[in-house]
Amino acid sequence: MLAFILRRIIQAIGVLLTVSLIAFSLFRFVGDPVNQMVGQDTTPEQRAEIRQQLGLNDPVVVQFARFVGRAARFDFGISYQNKQSVAKLIAERFPATMELAFVSALFALLAGIPMGVYSGLRPHSWLTKLFQTVSLLGISLPTFLIGIILIFVFPVSLGLLKSFGRQGVVDLGWWTTGFLTREGWASLILPSITLGLFQMTLIMRLVRSEMMEVLRTDYIKFARARGLTNRAVHFGHALKNTMIPVITITGLQIGSIIAFAIITETVFQWPGMGLMFLQAVQSVDIPIMAAYLLLVATLFVAINLIVDLLYVAVDPRIRIAGRPA
Amino acid sequence: MTTKRLLLSAGLALAIGAGIAGWNTAATAQAPQGQTLRYAFQGNLNTLDPYSLNETTTLALQGNAYEGLTRRDKDLSIIPGLAERWETLDNGLTWRFHLRRGIKFHGGEDFTAEDVVFSATRVRAATSDLRSRIDADVEVVAVDSHTVDFKLKRPNPILHYEWDTWYIMSKKWAEANSAVQPTAASATTPGFATLNANGTGPFRITQHQVGVRTVYQRNPAWWGKVEHNLAEIIFTPITSAPTRVAALLSGEVDVIDPVPLQDVARINASANARVMEGPELRTIFLQLDQRRDELVGSSVKGKNPFKDVRVRRAFYHAIDIEAIRRQVMRGAATPTALLISPLMYPEGGQVQRLPFDLAAANRLLDEAGYPRQGGPTGTRFEVTFDCPNDRYVNDGAICQAVTAMLARVGVKINPLFVPRAQYFAKVLATGGFNTSFYLLGWTPGSFDSWNVLHNLVRCRDDQATGGRGAFNLGGYCNQQVDALTDQILVEPDVAKRNQLIAQAYRIITDEASHIPLHQQALAWGVSKKVELVQRADNQFLFHWVVKQP
Amino acid sequence: MAMSEPAPHAEARASAFRRFFDSDLWFSFTRSWVTMLAALVALVLVLAAILAPLIATNDPFDPATLSLLDGSKPPAWAAEGEWRFPLGTDQQGRCVYSSILYGLRISIIVGFLGVLLAATIGITLGLIAGYFGGTADSIIMRIADVQLTFPAILIALLIDGTTRALFGNQRSETTIFWVLVISIGLSFWVQYARTVRGSTLVERNKEYVQAARLIGLSRPTILFRHVLPNVTGPVLVIATINLALAIITEATLSFLGVGLPPTQPSLGTLIQIGNEFLFSGEWWVVIFPGAVLAGLVLSVNLLGDWLRDALNPRLR
Repeated sequence: MLAFILRRIIQAIGVLLTVSLIAFSLFRFVGDPVNQMVGQDTTPEQRAEIRQQLGLNDPVVVQFARFVGRAARFDFGISYQNKQSVAKLIAERFPATMELAFVSALFALLAGIPMGVYSGLRPHSWLTKLFQTVSLLGISLPTFLIGIILIFVFPVSLGLLKSFGRQGVVDLGWWTTGFLTREGWASLILPSITLGLFQMTLIMRLVRSEMMEVLRTDYIKFARARGLTNRAVHFGHALKNTMIPVITITGLQIGSIIAFAIITETVFQWPGMGLMFLQAVQSVDIPIMAAYLLLVATLFVAINLIVDLLYVAVDPRIRIAGRPA
Repeated sequence: MTTKRLLLSAGLALAIGAGIAGWNTAATAQAPQGQTLRYAFQGNLNTLDPYSLNETTTLALQGNAYEGLTRRDKDLSIIPGLAERWETLDNGLTWRFHLRRGIKFHGGEDFTAEDVVFSATRVRAATSDLRSRIDADVEVVAVDSHTVDFKLKRPNPILHYEWDTWYIMSKKWAEANSAVQPTAASATTPGFATLNANGTGPFRITQHQVGVRTVYQRNPAWWGKVEHNLAEIIFTPITSAPTRVAALLSGEVDVIDPVPLQDVARINASANARVMEGPELRTIFLQLDQRRDELVGSSVKGKNPFKDVRVRRAFYHAIDIEAIRRQVMRGAATPTALLISPLMYPEGGQVQRLPFDLAAANRLLDEAGYPRQGGPTGTRFEVTFDCPNDRYVNDGAICQAVTAMLARVGVKINPLFVPRAQYFAKVLATGGFNTSFYLLGWTPGSFDSWNVLHNLVRCRDDQATGGRGAFNLGGYCNQQVDALTDQILVEPDVAKRNQLIAQAYRIITDEASHIPLHQQALAWGVSKKVELVQRADNQFLFHWVVKQP
Repeated sequence: MAMSEPAPHAEARASAFRRFFDSDLWFSFTRSWVTMLAALVALVLVLAAILAPLIATNDPFDPATLSLLDGSKPPAWAAEGEWRFPLGTDQQGRCVYSSILYGLRISIIVGFLGVLLAATIGITLGLIAGYFGGTADSIIMRIADVQLTFPAILIALLIDGTTRALFGNQRSETTIFWVLVISIGLSFWVQYARTVRGSTLVERNKEYVQAARLIGLSRPTILFRHVLPNVTGPVLVIATINLALAIITEATLSFLGVGLPPTQPSLGTLIQIGNEFLFSGEWWVVIFPGAVLAGLVLSVNLLGDWLRDALNPRLR
């Protein structure tokens, strides 16, 4: 087990290096940061000088090596756009995105699994049809449109909840949270639903299809034959067996939640990393883009590791050590 | 809901772990008297350093905390600011400013002539983006503790035109916090003045989180006459236009800028908000590349059709500016014949736009030797059109409309409508002026025509410093206009100067150096509880705001 | 760009389909009116897309026919509407009905090709990773990790930037079209690979695979003829949802300036433009494209559900 984890960590470093390299080659195409940093009166000579000072004229390899060396010391430099420490900016924005991702993932799981189980057990009930229709409608429209429709319905028409931003934030010193106040929740609910709707549908559909499959397998039939109650069969045996794909997908979806948070955060002006990243892309703020990509890559690598470990915990048939080549 | 309770308790557990003593709510406590104004703008306030970015809204937001020697009034006329009065001596070679006494910075430092001299040095530092505020060869001398002389090498009647946004900083404060120079674009450590402000203005900035919120509180010691009733202002950027409108309609913010033009009617029909529209100083225009011998993005090879004045005039005639004003801009624009707003050059009425005339456009293109290929609806030639789609009011939509209008005279446009980062990287000097046809907006910082002629019209000199024609991206060049531009800078007689300016504008209109479109209108969404002053330079100053409880 | 003909499958594959069709598939299809309705909607929309030039009232891609004077007209049945523009016009005077038909065409092709590309890459790599394990598995899954870090938005920016560098100003709509297809294909393949790998890990230890191995079937045969059919369930679920996601991603990319230009709008571009008009009272600009997109995605999803249930051998 220890060897497995060690191997994965070495691989993770490789992954992170690759990500930084790809990210770096990408930056060269996105645009010129200098135009975004100065006003319209700055002369071409001054612009050229800034390029030189930023090291933008150095070979890519040199720029890349410089970046990796600093990143290893948690130094991502300062943002071109607002001259603040990128590490500090990320630290400021991180809790906002994490709380949003957490609540929307929780929403997706807590709504998706029960709906999926119910639809799997009672495929012909009218409630199942309702679940399916509602969840399908939710994924039939682009995220930004769903967000804006929610804003239109709740804050604008009904005067409920908040249309933008992260309000009622409590600063704990090392973390800022919106969980502790009424206002915090009022501004968290709409973006979480917007972001989680797609995942909820995916999870519901997966659980449903897996439940239906598992319920027809022999070992469930045996369990029934052994005289176990429906409840024990459904939740003790069947649901447990649907969990592999659900874990895979949920693990993967945390990644896509963070990616899609870019759009949700833009619609709701949620002060998270996604919004900061999009603005960085638009203004070609390379230090922020680089730090964001690396952070996201780190998160993914960590999540993947956890998912792999959970596989082993849930399904002992998958052996780590004895993989045939 | 159980989820919520679960999360609440989880959050509580976290909080207790962090130590209850460390709690402090980010929502600042209500000030004892006065109202809270909530203001949302489409962009971020990226820096509090008043010399780091020469951009309208940034300067306006800073201008609520900082002040210059002069100010501009509600009608943009220049009025005294930190200087009580000023006079010119030595035939205009010395400008003497008498400073107000008894003024303190927010940090408690006294305001003296030393601060002005310091600020004049700092604004001209290599890392400043506002170096054009004072020429490098101007000598700034403190005569006594409250008198400052500006000694010029040659007369400059418009020396102080941009000084309302040259904010005075405290020398002591800057030295104490190692902020003597503006943070360099290439800096590797964050600058103190970027995150903290210490001005003399009616409000002080108490909290600033880039891209999230900036909080201002009333400065009780302000020297000016208090016309507002605010205790606190919370500024938030809201990038997405529909969200911004929603926040106004739901009463979560009091002022939004800008309002998407199509939403004006909806906001005016709502119970709690209205739209304040007014003319803006920015001029939107098109220009064709007249410098290259062969265009970079066109089907015409071996020659440049835009060197032919007939083709440029044909393009001008093809633009139905009235339709753009009515349909694309929903009435919120003033068509213009000039590259400058009539508010800054009232004499501009003598110059007229080339009229919208499809027949004339077609005839000119035929004469210039670009007949329609293959029948009466055929294409004459193709050209790429560069356009930003997130910089000016409805810029993408304007460019689409222009594309359709030119299609009707047989010019096929290959649209390249991109976000501003990509756009400016391509068309500006750093991109090698890589454009054949583009749209740009310009506000002269000095509110004066010389700035326009110097930056947009005179022959572009890629070697020289000083920005000659640096934004003449199409490379129009006429020696006569250049000579006029030089005369305009030094001509002290206002009437004579205006004649010279008119002469220059007439020449460039005849030669269709540019195709001016319109001055876009300001559109601010304002809660019905709020009264404010909308200045034509799009600066929103809080000290003219009155909000009902 | 023309509709690409579906590539003819191998004879064996075709006969397999015929077998399904003859037996349960048709039966289950006729049993569910929801499925039949979904098929009808999908068929109508696809036909409408194919026949767009014949049934559209205007050519929204020809700027010479646009006039601002026709702008912002409501649907024909409203007071100021005109039958020239059955569903009204947008701000530029573009016919909403015709734009939807042409836009639908682009969106269906982009989505279909993108998902096809993603599925091809993902399934192949997933099978290899899951079945062979070891080094192959590690490499593929690490590539997948890297891939996941790059949301479609970034991949599109990357590819878009590359084509910009390669073609400069001569970039045509066709180039942008392929940029979209490839961006979607490259950003979505990981889901297929991970899911197929996960299922393959389970399947490869099952008796039927071991039996197949024992009787000496070749590896590709085992993988594609025996393992693949047993992992298609989750793949179909993902593929159907991906089609919606592909179209939505396309809209988001237009929003970022990478997608198809507003002068040649896809369905996603139309919705993105319409989004800005939601509060303005010009509801037809967003409601109609939105309804068509929702209808398309919904029906494709319902068909996917039915296919999954019908194709899964263990559900018979």
